[in-house]
Amino acid sequence: MKTISASPRGRVPWVLLVPALLGLAFLVLPLAGLLIRTPWPTMGTRLAQPEVRDALGLSLFTATLATLVCMVCGVPLAWLLARVSFPGLRLVRALVTVPLVLPPVVGGVALLLVLGRRGLVGRWLDSAFGITLPFTTAGVVLAEAFVAMPFLVISVEGALRAADLRYEEAAATLGASRWTVFRRVTLPLVAPGIVAGGILCWARALGEFGATITFAGNFPGRTQTMPLAVYLALETDPQAAIVLSVVLLAVSVAVLAGLRDRWIS
Amino acid sequence: MSLDAHLVVRRPAFDLDLALTAAPGEVVALLGPNGAGKTTALRALAGLAPLSAGFVRLDGTDVRALPTELRPIGMVFQDYLLFPHLSAVDNVAFGLRCHGARKGAARDQARDWLSRVGLSGCEAKRPGELSGGQAQRVALARALAVRPRLLLLDEPLAALDAHTRLEVRSQLRGHLADFGGVAVLVTHDPLDAMVLADRLVVIESGRSVQEGPPAQVARHPRTDFVARLVGLNLYRGFASGHTVALDPGITLDAAESLDGPVFLTFPPAAVALFRSRPDGTPRNLWRTRISMIERHGDRIRVHLDDPLAVAADVTAAAVAELGLIEDSQVWAAVKATETHAYPA
Amino acid sequence: MKKSLLALALLPVVLAGCGSTATKGTPAPGRTLTVFAAASLTESFKALGRTFEAAHPGVKVTFNFGASSALAQQITQGAPADVFAAASPATMKTVTDAGDATAPKTFVKNRLEIAVPPANPGKIVALKDLANAKLKVVLCAPQVPCGAAAIKALGAAGLKVTPVSQEQDVKAALTKVELGEADAALVYRTDVKSAGDKVKGIDFPESLKAINAYPIAVLAKAPQAALAQEFTQLVTSAPGQQVLQQAGFEAP
Repeated sequence: MKTISASPRGRVPWVLLVPALLGLAFLVLPLAGLLIRTPWPTMGTRLAQPEVRDALGLSLFTATLATLVCMVCGVPLAWLLARVSFPGLRLVRALVTVPLVLPPVVGGVALLLVLGRRGLVGRWLDSAFGITLPFTTAGVVLAEAFVAMPFLVISVEGALRAADLRYEEAAATLGASRWTVFRRVTLPLVAPGIVAGGILCWARALGEFGATITFAGNFPGRTQTMPLAVYLALETDPQAAIVLSVVLLAVSVAVLAGLRDRWIS
Repeated sequence: MSLDAHLVVRRPAFDLDLALTAAPGEVVALLGPNGAGKTTALRALAGLAPLSAGFVRLDGTDVRALPTELRPIGMVFQDYLLFPHLSAVDNVAFGLRCHGARKGAARDQARDWLSRVGLSGCEAKRPGELSGGQAQRVALARALAVRPRLLLLDEPLAALDAHTRLEVRSQLRGHLADFGGVAVLVTHDPLDAMVLADRLVVIESGRSVQEGPPAQVARHPRTDFVARLVGLNLYRGFASGHTVALDPGITLDAAESLDGPVFLTFPPAAVALFRSRPDGTPRNLWRTRISMIERHGDRIRVHLDDPLAVAADVTAAAVAELGLIEDSQVWAAVKATETHAYPA
Repeated sequence: MKKSLLALALLPVVLAGCGSTATKGTPAPGRTLTVFAAASLTESFKALGRTFEAAHPGVKVTFNFGASSALAQQITQGAPADVFAAASPATMKTVTDAGDATAPKTFVKNRLEIAVPPANPGKIVALKDLANAKLKVVLCAPQVPCGAAAIKALGAAGLKVTPVSQEQDVKAALTKVELGEADAALVYRTDVKSAGDKVKGIDFPESLKAINAYPIAVLAKAPQAALAQEFTQLVTSAPGQQVLQQAGFEAP
């Protein structure tokens, strides 16, 4: 796994190698562009600024919470899609992927229309419980969860479909209820899929911009996540924007690489 | 614990209709070719395949409406299906936990079961670290640990190599003998069925075609499938005393004296082949053609077809001496004392 | 789609025909003037563009509307443009500092207003009402011109307002009011005007302390420098000013 080796059948064919390297360059070069333009000498002082720490902390916190929300609802949803046959299943599956194709800003507006102070559900939340979600950290979590959930659901559903159903049957013959089967057999069997989906979900939530700024607004320390801070820094101080982007990248790459080594391989 | 079941499962290209009964402590083997419906029958007993009609009565109570997890069963699957994320002892403890045992108690019992099947020391191993024979025994311990009243075994030895199989088979026989409930075993291997079962039910195309104690089924096969399995030539005929008239217009003498429709069998080793018509006038002699010659263990099996399809086992020396080649004509003879007839 | 393709195919022919009868010299057919302008200028500049095209046969005016700062960045990164009209002198300064434009000229001024939902649930009448902590007020982020102007106006009034959000641009702030999520926002008069009856504008005297000047300049590397010059003249001319003032802008 750790050593580079040729494919078992000899040399890597160039028809695969050339586009692969092109693809890699395409993905990596913009990153290199950022790193080259990073004002390294002032990096330390910029990072020490409380606004940067606030935004980074808020980003990590909300992305993690959003991932948990996605797990709690998304894994059962994936199970439903993979294991239960009901009328309209195909439509539901298509609907689940809507946040993937919806421009995030539109997603944010849609969330406002439903969960906003005058939204369909938000109106009731406000009058019955005094809860308003826009402009709050909870709103950030919701916006991130909305755009990131499909990544988790699709990944987990795929894992569930690939899993051998007969293990669940074996568990049933041992007296396990449906819930026990899910908890003690299904979940452990699809754990790699859940972790992979969770990582995708977390990464997507961390980079979320459009839905967040539209639904939760932008206020430092409360709803201003790193991508929002980057966007606004770009208005006045492109250097600061680059620094923030590099920090966000470094942290996310470190976390993802750490998780990958721990779970995927 | 007794079993009385009528299993009807209808699927587009398949139809199972099987009545199955077993007395307490009895081991019943479902024997049949691939696709006969053996595994479907087992899954229907477990509640994993829904019944289209019929019933599954355990001690007189119909459990048809019960989901799998509420049936008092244990099941050993063909490839064991040990949970890959659990150690051997946790695999065995799984069912106990589902039946309400506390974690510690379940583990203690599971350890006990592992030692009963001779796997002390393997408790912490994951299924991937177990040999085939060990995995089979963990699967058996896992199924027995929940103290089922009905034990279901789907091809329990099929995944093992020949050597391990011999050993595991005799151990399994011991465990089945100790087991107080009804055991239903699915196999396509007649030897497994003979060794392990008290009674055989032969299934072909979703129907029972023959039932009985293994020895009786082996001696008196009623279908080509069983005859082939037990290595006998089998024919239908009409008996008048010792003489049995077979379909292609041949008459053979049998050891038994019967009247009416009969089955007639003789083993391939009872057939003698001659290049030219032998001296004297032995009964049961006919001229025939060699369709195929093949190796069969340390014997040579000669297939004869026209007018009667017969398998004959001869020595390699005989093949050389007689110059037997495919598509040539020979004389075949069977001793009447080795030819058995029984009512059809 | 087919129709527009046909129109495109015929365009050179039409332009060539016009060119031969044009009175104003012999403009090369298919000349394009590219104008980068602040988003708040969208409606009025589009109208001025049509006027300009009518007066200059064969010339096509294309616009790139967006946040001034984003446009400034595109210009300093080498985007081919002839004219830049920014929503603040600070933004224009990044372009002139980079040497991409000289001698910007203020052509209009814009002033803040309080935008409230039509029903005005917060019962806001003056700027000091925004200091009420129970109200949800959104401002623009300090990094964008309308945010800077808001800070200036509030500072002049000696008010401390804690917004629930610092929006990324003036349209986003306005949207929050339109949807009723915010009780009030400080936005430009022109934005209140373009939102029609979806929001109500409340003028406040302190806005005079935070007047936003809009500078316009011909870019140093303008491919159509002459046309660019003429366009800026149109913008500052009396007819041009009339169009802009209809949209809510004030004379410089």
